[in-house]
Amino acid sequence: MLAKRIIPCLDVKDGQTVKGTNFVSLRQAGDPVELGRAYSEQGADELVFLDITASHEGRKTFTEMVRRVASELSIPFTVGGGIGELADVERLLSAGADKVSINSAALKRPELIDEIARHFGSQVCVVAIDAHQDESGWTCYLNGGRVPTDRKLFDWAHEVCERGAGEILFTSMDHDGVKTGFANEALATLAESVTIPIIASGGAGAKEHFRDAFTLGKADAALAASVFHFGEIGIPELKQYLHNEHINIRL
Amino acid sequence: MCPKIKFEMTVAVVKYNAGNIYSVLSVLQRMGVEPILTDDAKILHQADKVIFPGQGEASNAMQYLRERKLDEVIRSLTQPVLGICIGQQLMCRHSAEGDVDCLGIFDTDVKRFVPQKHEEKVPHMGWNDLTNLKSPLFKDIHEGEFVYFVHSFYVPVCEWTIAQSDYINPFSAAIQRDNFYATQFHPEKSGSVGQRIIQNFLDL
Repeated sequence: MLAKRIIPCLDVKDGQTVKGTNFVSLRQAGDPVELGRAYSEQGADELVFLDITASHEGRKTFTEMVRRVASELSIPFTVGGGIGELADVERLLSAGADKVSINSAALKRPELIDEIARHFGSQVCVVAIDAHQDESGWTCYLNGGRVPTDRKLFDWAHEVCERGAGEILFTSMDHDGVKTGFANEALATLAESVTIPIIASGGAGAKEHFRDAFTLGKADAALAASVFHFGEIGIPELKQYLHNEHINIRL
Repeated sequence: MCPKIKFEMTVAVVKYNAGNIYSVLSVLQRMGVEPILTDDAKILHQADKVIFPGQGEASNAMQYLRERKLDEVIRSLTQPVLGICIGQQLMCRHSAEGDVDCLGIFDTDVKRFVPQKHEEKVPHMGWNDLTNLKSPLFKDIHEGEFVYFVHSFYVPVCEWTIAQSDYINPFSAAIQRDNFYATQFHPEKSGSVGQRIIQNFLDL
């Protein structure tokens, strides 16, 4: 049976891992390759590396890091951040990434999803969606949650699926960094409305939150950063807990 | 001092137009093997082991192989050969992906997953467990160990099946006929279990 996946996310700036709390203040947390290896040995099912560097130099450093990760780790990994065009995707995939995650670029020019799917296959195309819930429903945001768009979460999710995305990485901005659990209601609605896997992101603070994302939220995978980085939850104990809760997990 | 004579195993990786093979090359290097990425018939024939990896689309890949006569080369290999993912599918008789005739090493057809319920998403992507293991390829691998899959098409369970997995329906996670071995999963992406399977292949 296909296992539910646990995915640590590493934000990388100038070759170093950092973690944003509610998308703003950053704290250092080590070398991305070493941290990635540690997670892999602990039983992480996949890794996500997000490049949060703005500069051209930083981008080059990130590509070199991707190559090091691919050389040294033997679990799948996704890279994202700053991908604007097909050439960026090509550069990261040829450096050894298994998948790319696109966010703002897809909102600005949705055809990029079709292009990635056509050139490299749907399985490499993860569309990340940051959304915030207001009185009109869930609204999608650009640029790491700074700029609202006129797109609604469920409509956009349906569109990216139609265009050939392979997975959706949904971050609830309202839950991110708050550690009170994932946005399970929105996750469940997403899971029912699209035919591609959903990765839950934003809100992990306790082991029960992961269980709920899989049971109530019907997510295929759950992503978290700080609870893993700062050792608040160990991946082996988390996976053992989920196994005991009758969730199919790779031990 | 006596000079040390060291046996250097040559492992050739078939070079063709199917996807990213960087991780296959990397895992071999980590295991102390320097693989040769090649489409040269002579080098492929002389190698101790041949790996036929890849991800991609079957009909384009077959066209590429035929144009370079690599289809005949692969069929005629006599040393242990390991097909991975699309490599496995191309070793079968026919693929539903692009409705194309393939290498025919395995007398079976590649089918597309047909979801029966909404939760059954295609591609089958992620970690799934191996059962009914029967091959030296799985020495020291236990029933129920997980490996990493990414695919929309599959080889049904057949007389060549040496490992099964289950997604929507039971399917062949690995097949073997004579010197030809093939896995639907990606051993190069399957952590320590995958590395052990590659080591077992190199030990054949």
